Amino acid sequence: MKSLQELRDMRKRLEKDMTARDDKEMARVIIGMGTCGIAAGARDILKAVTDEINKRDLDVKIVQTGCIGMCEEEPIFDIAKPGEDRITYGNLTPDTARQIIVEHLINNRIDKEHVIARHNN
Amino acid sequence: MSKENIYRSHVLVCTGTGCVSSGARAIKDVFIDELHEKKIEDEVRVVETGCHGFCERGPIAIVYPEGVFYSELKEKDVAEIVEEHLLKGRIVERLLYVDDDKEKVPGYSDIDFYKKQKRIALKNCGRIDPENIDEYIAGGGYDAMGIALTELDQAKVIEMVKDSGLRGRGGGGFPTGLKWSFAAKSPGDKKYVICNADEGDPGAFMDRSILEGDPHKIIEGMAITAYAIGADEGYVYVRAEYPLAIQRLRKAIKDAEEYGLLGNDIFGSGFNFKLNIKEGAGAFVCGEETALMASIEGKRGMPSPRPPYPAVKGLWGKPTNINNVETLANIPFIIQEGPAAFSSLGTEGSPGTKVFALTGKIKNTGLVEVPMGTTLREVIFDIGGGLQENRKFKAVQTGGPSGGCIPEDYLDLPIDYDSLLEVGAMMGSGGMVVMDDNTCMVDVSRFFLNFTQSESCGKCTPCREGTKRMLEILNRITEGEGKSGDIKLLRELAEHIRDTSLCGLGQSAPNPVLSTLQYFENEYIAHIEDEKCPAGVCENLQGAYYVLEDDCIGCGLCRKACPVDAISGKPKEIYTIDSEICISCGVCADKCPKDAIAVG
Repeated sequence: MKSLQELRDMRKRLEKDMTARDDKEMARVIIGMGTCGIAAGARDILKAVTDEINKRDLDVKIVQTGCIGMCEEEPIFDIAKPGEDRITYGNLTPDTARQIIVEHLINNRIDKEHVIARHNN
Repeated sequence: MSKENIYRSHVLVCTGTGCVSSGARAIKDVFIDELHEKKIEDEVRVVETGCHGFCERGPIAIVYPEGVFYSELKEKDVAEIVEEHLLKGRIVERLLYVDDDKEKVPGYSDIDFYKKQKRIALKNCGRIDPENIDEYIAGGGYDAMGIALTELDQAKVIEMVKDSGLRGRGGGGFPTGLKWSFAAKSPGDKKYVICNADEGDPGAFMDRSILEGDPHKIIEGMAITAYAIGADEGYVYVRAEYPLAIQRLRKAIKDAEEYGLLGNDIFGSGFNFKLNIKEGAGAFVCGEETALMASIEGKRGMPSPRPPYPAVKGLWGKPTNINNVETLANIPFIIQEGPAAFSSLGTEGSPGTKVFALTGKIKNTGLVEVPMGTTLREVIFDIGGGLQENRKFKAVQTGGPSGGCIPEDYLDLPIDYDSLLEVGAMMGSGGMVVMDDNTCMVDVSRFFLNFTQSESCGKCTPCREGTKRMLEILNRITEGEGKSGDIKLLRELAEHIRDTSLCGLGQSAPNPVLSTLQYFENEYIAHIEDEKCPAGVCENLQGAYYVLEDDCIGCGLCRKACPVDAISGKPKEIYTIDSEICISCGVCADKCPKDAIAVG
């Protein structure tokens, strides 16, 4: 990085890329993979989500994130559909995770039992 | 293509009675016609299925492999599904069944857990991918470092941190800007910055979560610190029990180096910075800064007397500045948003926010960040959701083994460095262990003293011998062997250890004992004089169990559960416990459906 300007140009480009990704291209499943999440079974959730997405041949990106603070609710994942708010689900099992993927990603329905909140800022 | 071929899609049309009556058979026929017309009838198979239980929205069709659920279909919709979905792979959103629940999902800022939080240090945690430097940059990451390096001189950076009023988040609360100015003023051609991530308090995991969730923020905070004090090399001292934090930090350092955000001549400013990781072996005392530096140098992790302070003679004898993880996580915000934005949060003496790890008998175990000045009640009851099983609150322990227990009377205390000290506890690094009425306070103080006793490095006598003697007394009391005079002796020992130990570990080790003595002396007295443990925790002090005759329904569950056959009686009659045989395990009381077994 040769100058602050270079960083800022890069930031603009990245912001644009990511907005483009969020708005048009791809839904994302963001899995909480902090120590608390992993201890609560996040790796099994990751496996189930990956499997479900492959099985249904969906165009979805799976990413990880750290601890959002609600360790009690782990395992947690967020689902972000293009152009929509990120929605957080918690207290997942591999089975409920699969179910939520189908309901939310494909059929656009909220799983009321496991939903926690919407990222609104 | 033969019929045995694998179809790429299946269309399941519900032909249960409900859907048939709303026209499902016609829908199925139109599907077959349309598929034929588009010449994909060999790729997509139409199947009839039974009822899905969603009859009011019929006719229904589900398209696999995706599992798309189309409802309230009309014949004219089918062509669109075939054309758009089955031919072009685009889901027909208009035909999905959507209830209006999405709008009803509460936002993060509306739910109790987040309503009163203000996230600066934890802003990115749980939001960005910690292993993707691009996400950090897209969110404004490294901009503060760029501003500091290219637009501000060193004195200005220190002044901004001073003006923000930021105090060390590791627990001591020393003003960060002042600490930096000492290291900046120290003459020397080589200086170091260290991030203290040797988080050791039982129940504390603030630093781990920040390193795991937002490692670049720590790199950025450290680089700004290094620039301000004139250092060109840094160490993150992180315990080896945090493998995930180390792994993510390592990747973050590598990525930052690749982007030229670490290394030589960063942003063309002439500033060089190299960052190393030192994995600690997990000794609690290595959180003490002189012991921490000894450990980095490869020596035994033992503290040495100060002065000289690290700012004058630190790592390898060079001027060194040590800050805690959370302290460093606040630095980019202060540079980017300005000191006033920071000092406008919190209280006058303790500006900003503080991260707490909520654990113990609390409903919402987790990590919270609140403005200083928030009350304990707000953190424990509004954010933390209160106690598990709605039990009664007894005390909250803050500051880990160096801190104290705060009773119910002080729940409305606004949290800051000074207020907590006044009530005999301390801020500490942010562990908050909530205790209910089933907790024995003597046992709690024994637990913490046992911890500091095992972690005492043994260098100075008061800590090595004193904590041992205190622990012996506490063990005696909890075993029912307490003597009159024990409380006085505990207080006396505590004062000596506090006043004469070499480092913070020893000086603060008696705090849990002193604070429980201050607020719960009656429990100590009950143990020693009445030979009773009011909370029913200390096994040797359990009274005999007996049946409350008025409440017993004669179900016999207690007799079945008793491991030593101490309970006798016949079904539908009142049972009795033989106190000679009873071992006070309490299983009968747990099993009793009517709470008809008492102890005492």
